[in-house]
Amino acid sequence: MPAITVRVNGLEVTKEVGARTLLSTFIREQLKLTGTHVGCDTSQCGACVVTLDGKTVKSCAVFAWEADGADIGTIEGLADGDKMHPMQEAFREHHGLQCGFCTPGMVMTAVSLVENNPDIDEDGIRHGLEGNICRCTGYQNIIDAVKTGAKAMRG
Amino acid sequence: MYDFGIKNPTSIDDVKAALGDAEDGQFLAGGQTLIPVLKQRLAMPSDLISLSRVDGLSGITAGGDSISIKAMTRHAEVAANADIKSAIPALAKLAGGIGDPHVRNRGTIGGSVANNDPAADYPAAVLGLGATVITNEREIDADNFFTGMFDTALNEGELITEISFPIPEAVGYIKFPNPATRYALVGVMVAKFGNTVRVAVTGAGPCVFRVPEMEQALTASFSPDSIKDGLVPADDLNNDIHASREYRAHLIGVLARRAVAEANG
Repeated sequence: MPAITVRVNGLEVTKEVGARTLLSTFIREQLKLTGTHVGCDTSQCGACVVTLDGKTVKSCAVFAWEADGADIGTIEGLADGDKMHPMQEAFREHHGLQCGFCTPGMVMTAVSLVENNPDIDEDGIRHGLEGNICRCTGYQNIIDAVKTGAKAMRG
Repeated sequence: MYDFGIKNPTSIDDVKAALGDAEDGQFLAGGQTLIPVLKQRLAMPSDLISLSRVDGLSGITAGGDSISIKAMTRHAEVAANADIKSAIPALAKLAGGIGDPHVRNRGTIGGSVANNDPAADYPAAVLGLGATVITNEREIDADNFFTGMFDTALNEGELITEISFPIPEAVGYIKFPNPATRYALVGVMVAKFGNTVRVAVTGAGPCVFRVPEMEQALTASFSPDSIKDGLVPADDLNNDIHASREYRAHLIGVLARRAVAEANG
């Protein structure tokens, strides 16, 4: 089994992983960071989205050993202590969730969209969320939340 | 998925050695198709030979009359590249329409072209622009590369290293995406080089194909009106729950006209 060293939410960690260990499994079961959800395990739903060297990926479609040496960001890394990230706060404010299962992937994706394009418009948000499926909300409140979150992130 | 060994070569020579050492090795590029396939136990390689750490397999180089994209270049990089946006805008648009942002951050041009999925976007660009597929063994013309469903001219163990796209005078790509997967239900690329016009269709048949009748009509007059309905018979097209073969045949004409309009700006 290969040993990998990664930085997760700023903290360096070294662990042995199996060849078949997905990044999502590594994060959830070996690091016990269960905020990253596995919705479909067929790489379609986007609930497992994390950042890998700053770029969003579906962590169920990357092997853990492929991430050796990388910086990984998960939903647990967004809040500043008890203070939620502005995007998390916007999801709360707009009720951008119902069951909440897709929310970690939605928020991680939304933060990345705004970081890459601070002035993102509604069309950009809708296209940018194409890889994240929500079966509850009908998306409207999620779009509203991302708009508000983007504004808050711009300051 | 079934268990496998891992190899992480850092040079093309090491890739060949790693493949030689493996009983039934499989290249792993971006993994956006292969990893789901492994999960479904539809493939059982003895070893995965990861290409992620191979030196010199990623990057985009713009020349005077062509743009070269290395095999491990991710879709998101192609979509955002300033040289491609200005010289072959339809290629940047095509890359930016593959899957979703997360897939585009991992998926690679070499992986997509080698896989030759009948509904993938890149084969339409490679064939439509008449690109050259460069491997560790030779150069292959687009017209000789795509040989059938999920099948290419690549030999066992042959590795795509880069793809060179000639810069056209005008180009357009329009696809009708499957709303769930964003794969092309039908996608049409039209490219004009002086007196030559190429039209390539993906998603509609078992393998990307050219439409000589449309190319001739567009060579005579490069206008959407040149493309008549019914130039591609429905008989051999894909027929599934997403679209009938007759609907796909109709879409080819509609999308080709839109692609010409896009090319004409």
